[in-house]
Amino acid sequence: MSTTFGWERSVLRRSIENLGQRTIQGVWRIGFAARFFLATLLHSGTAFRRFGLTIREIYFSGVLSLIIILVSGLFVGMVLGLQGYETLQTYGSEEALGVLVALSLVRELGPVVAALLFASRAGSAITAEIGLMKATEQLSAMEMMAVDPIARVVAPRFWAGVISMPLLAALFSAMGIFGGYLVGVQLIGVDEGSFWSQMQSAVDFEQDILNGVIKSVVFGIAITAIALFEGYDAPPTAEGVSGATTRTVVTSSLVVLALDFVLTAFMFRGLN
Amino acid sequence: MSKTVLDLWVGLFVIAGVAALLFLALKVGSMSTVNTSDSYQVIARFDNIGGLKSRAPVKSAGVVVGRVADISFDNETFEAAVTLRLDKRYAFPKDTTAAIMTSGLLGEQYIGLEAGGDSLKLKDKDRILITQSAVVLENLIGQFLYGKAQEGAPE
Repeated sequence: MSTTFGWERSVLRRSIENLGQRTIQGVWRIGFAARFFLATLLHSGTAFRRFGLTIREIYFSGVLSLIIILVSGLFVGMVLGLQGYETLQTYGSEEALGVLVALSLVRELGPVVAALLFASRAGSAITAEIGLMKATEQLSAMEMMAVDPIARVVAPRFWAGVISMPLLAALFSAMGIFGGYLVGVQLIGVDEGSFWSQMQSAVDFEQDILNGVIKSVVFGIAITAIALFEGYDAPPTAEGVSGATTRTVVTSSLVVLALDFVLTAFMFRGLN
Repeated sequence: MSKTVLDLWVGLFVIAGVAALLFLALKVGSMSTVNTSDSYQVIARFDNIGGLKSRAPVKSAGVVVGRVADISFDNETFEAAVTLRLDKRYAFPKDTTAAIMTSGLLGEQYIGLEAGGDSLKLKDKDRILITQSAVVLENLIGQFLYGKAQEGAPE
């Protein structure tokens, strides 16, 4: 009996070995990512002492993302205005359009969509840049010159992302509300006063706006940390860098959505 | 790109971001101050304002003529003191009545002004003397049920 099942047993054994190897690799990668993140935080001194480095990176990840953020914000707000009006007028409460647009933007869409755009616009660029620096051995060259690449290259990009993200999310929300105002008040003709007054009485500074800012800061940390790690960890080949760039966008988008659920569950659980 | 141009752009970016945050805090959130240009204020006292909110519209004949500027509670008369900010273009007689109305069955509440026949006009800081409180739906239902019960009671 045992001889007839020999090859099946070896297949089973090999698949279990495979699983074990993958688990070990996964845990090792998580550990590496954690150590990398910690090292970035510990070597952040240079990013603030030589703030010019960080400003340069804010330009590349923040300022250059402005166009896509502003235009998408405007259009998301305009679509919200149109769709919200369609639904609200069925119940004769078009005046609540301002509340609908503002709350959905400030609480959810602003931080989340801005974060998704930031991940694909700036996160992918960070990964590709660092991956190529590694592939062309610029990072090793820095180490040879006794320049710490984490302090010189990684930390300024990290802090630039963390600073840029809340500003971009705020701009996205503001643009979206302006878009909703354009469509709702200027185009459709909802009463302007009710639009703003109902919005102001429904949107709370601490509960809604501040929580949105906290969300965007958390997303900024998550996206830049993932992008930097993927770049630093990328295999030093053309294929490796392209794979790492793709992984950055996919992973950070998923992490943003998952984190958003967790944060929302904590922030708005007790609200009516 | 030269360093100063880069600094300039980042500076502009940060200013725009902070301005957007301020816009969200002041214009969208409830930390707003209202401008006082081209308007005059009158005060109306109500027994019950229902769900009236600050910045709700003030309408006369269905046209928006002003906004509710402030709502406070008078602890001596135990009434609600509602400050109305009316547009300078519209002057109302002294014996104008103010009533709290609801747009639609469940819509937002607003103040309806009905002009009287006095030749004197309302001025800044004047009081509207004749007011009508908000209709509270629950009270209405309660009164109706009470009336029905009275009808059916044996003499």
